[in-house]
Amino acid sequence: MSTETSQPNPARGTPSDAAEGMSVVARTQGQIIRRRFFRHRAAIGGMITLGAVIILAYSSIGFGPFPGWWDKTYYSTASVVDGGRPTLSLLPSFLGGKGLRWGEHPFGQDNVGIDYFALVMRGTQQSLVVAFLIGIVSTAIGASVGATAGFFRGRTEAVLMRATDVIIAIPTLIFAAILAAAAGRAGIVALGLAIGAVTWTGLARLVRGEFLSLREKEFVEAARAAGTKSRRIIFKHIMPNTVGVIIVSATLAIAGGILLETALSYLGLGVRAPDVSLGSLISLYETAMPTRPWLFWWPGIFIVAIALSVNFIGDGLRDAFDPRQTRVRD
Amino acid sequence: MAVFMARRLVISIFTLLAASFIVFWGTSIAGDPMADLRGLQDEGQAQQQMMARRERMNLDVPVILRYFLWLGDLFTGDLGVNKFGQSVSGILAPAVSATLQLVIAATVLAIVLGVTIGIVSALRQYSGFDYTLTFAAFLFFSLPVFWVAVMLKQFGAIKFNDWLRDPTIPLPVILVFAVLSGLAWMAIAGGSRQRRLTALGVAFVATAGLLWTLSETGWFSDPGLGVIAVLVLAFGSAAGVTFLIAGFRHRPPLFAALATAAVGFVFYLASEPILEEPNWGLIFLLALVAIAVGLGIGYLLGGLQRRQAMAVGAVTAILVGGIIFVDYMLQSYGDYYGRVRGRPISTIGASTPNFRGGFWESGLDSAGHLILPTMALLLISFATYTRYTRASMLEVMNQDYVRTARSKGLTERTTVTKHAFRNALIPVTTLMAFDFGAVIGGAVITERVFGWQGMGFMFIKGLQDVDPPPVMAFFLIAGGSIVVFNMLADIAYAYLDPRIRVS
Repeated sequence: MSTETSQPNPARGTPSDAAEGMSVVARTQGQIIRRRFFRHRAAIGGMITLGAVIILAYSSIGFGPFPGWWDKTYYSTASVVDGGRPTLSLLPSFLGGKGLRWGEHPFGQDNVGIDYFALVMRGTQQSLVVAFLIGIVSTAIGASVGATAGFFRGRTEAVLMRATDVIIAIPTLIFAAILAAAAGRAGIVALGLAIGAVTWTGLARLVRGEFLSLREKEFVEAARAAGTKSRRIIFKHIMPNTVGVIIVSATLAIAGGILLETALSYLGLGVRAPDVSLGSLISLYETAMPTRPWLFWWPGIFIVAIALSVNFIGDGLRDAFDPRQTRVRD
Repeated sequence: MAVFMARRLVISIFTLLAASFIVFWGTSIAGDPMADLRGLQDEGQAQQQMMARRERMNLDVPVILRYFLWLGDLFTGDLGVNKFGQSVSGILAPAVSATLQLVIAATVLAIVLGVTIGIVSALRQYSGFDYTLTFAAFLFFSLPVFWVAVMLKQFGAIKFNDWLRDPTIPLPVILVFAVLSGLAWMAIAGGSRQRRLTALGVAFVATAGLLWTLSETGWFSDPGLGVIAVLVLAFGSAAGVTFLIAGFRHRPPLFAALATAAVGFVFYLASEPILEEPNWGLIFLLALVAIAVGLGIGYLLGGLQRRQAMAVGAVTAILVGGIIFVDYMLQSYGDYYGRVRGRPISTIGASTPNFRGGFWESGLDSAGHLILPTMALLLISFATYTRYTRASMLEVMNQDYVRTARSKGLTERTTVTKHAFRNALIPVTTLMAFDFGAVIGGAVITERVFGWQGMGFMFIKGLQDVDPPPVMAFFLIAGGSIVVFNMLADIAYAYLDPRIRVS
């Protein structure tokens, strides 16, 4: 619900006050959306999970010049303890487990004794960077192409939309693989930019549709009559009305991005050795599944956790911006 | 309509041409095509091979010219040679059939299952069933295909084959399955409390009883249908089809369905000599005959409901044919099980190497290899179709014409199947074309996990070797089938939405 009636105040009895008491509390659009979003429990859960994963990944092994709290690194080998079995235990002792325990190697060790927790955290960092880059790049391109095509119409639109059709004709994974084959060598930033450059088509079409209908509205007419420049109309008058579509798409692009990057890294075309991502870890230890299953489980669990929580956040945002098809019953 | 389709086709071809140039260019600059020769010990030999390869790949001319050389060859029907000098069309032929089998099986299954479940989910909005499915769809969206595929290999094949040695289901597992099925059916049934509880009870008892019987009689070690199961399934599907398409209010469609099922069953009893060792041509012919028989019976028995009766007859005929097909295939399971040394679900390749068998055995072999990759691919598309169908069905159920249909006293079944369902499918058709591209991408990954020598393998290898011709061959097939799927979607769209046909 976007509006709420406040309690009438019995202390004051004048009719006008009573009518005022029944009146609707004014809220800005932003407040309404924020309230709707925070009522979406799955989205809040997703936000907490994603935040926890990000904090864990960056604080544990550190990044750049900043050291982390975890005392092992993702590249130094050590002697393999207990066959490399994970020491993490979540089952309390009275249920037959070993109690809540973090241990020496919580996620176990790989066959040369590298601490797997540190390795998975490193992979998570890389995958997160690429995923967010993909989200930013694809949103920026998609929104600009869609806005330009929808606002200027005519030949500009024809050229841009034909170009979009050409990119859609190549399956996303195929196109991303081709670009990544060259860009992957140049590091993860180039990889993120390359994948972002092929995943914007859906958003471009959505934004174009929104612009096509909005540019005919009276307020745009008024702005144009007042002599406003096109640039200002696009950014100040129309763009704010499409922000819902754009934000939701950006979220979903991040979720799609992490799946795409891990898939490419799994195929050996994304993040390359010696660097690791969650996808290349799975590819590396896929054959260890029958003997050392934990090497296979942990990266996958982190991919699913990130993708799932981002998807839930996207769902919450969609409900907040466009409450016509909410999943939660009012 | 024809003009519309023709224009679409021309535009698609130009789009495909532009896209093919991007693919060619991207592959050509992806790396160093000589990388494998640079490490050779023998300098002279390396030089010689490099010269030969430079000649073969036209490396001396710019990329754009190379593209047009390739395009020129293509118009004469020549797909070129890869950088090792092998003919690409020679490699392509076996790869295509494997991959297309996989992709089409996954797409068709995803559409059927996704649309069905999406509709049920929309009709029972806010039920436990709906919430569970929504969560499942989100989970499926978030699963990496390659991770799921590796898990399927471990649990769907290795562990399952181990289990097949002594296939009994422990009692607690039976109970869990029965409770789950009871809860699902309770939510699907909806309505009054009594109706829901009845559904819960019946589903619980039926599931538990079925699983227990199958487990106790050792059905899993030699699965098959047999005469009685074929009989029950044939008449059951006759009743089901009638319920969905025509309802039980008028008799003729029901009679048509039952008569078709009866004819099918009689055919089944007498079919041994024909179906002992068939081929695909014969199966196709029989399917056509079955449809014709179903339509004929519907025409004869239809009376006032002739159109409905004919539809019911044809669909029943197809289903009964399918049941008979499955029964014949399972009849050779015993032999097959022995020949693959008790490991029917395979994890590698599209067929068992050096496997020679009759029609049914090799069919079973393909199915055993196809089942896990298809499941892995199915997962993602299934979630997409479910979400789309659910959203579009919810929207349609709020439309005025649905309210009108209800208020003029039509049954809920008629309202849903006649007035809502068709309109709800319209947005889903546009999804078909989009999703097909995603499935092809997924096939590349799935093939790698399951070690198929299909088109996906060809693509990845070509890309890593910086070798355009195989990549282009892959793209032609993939892009071509996307264009075809787009056309199919357009035709479906025009069929569902008369406004398109008229204009």
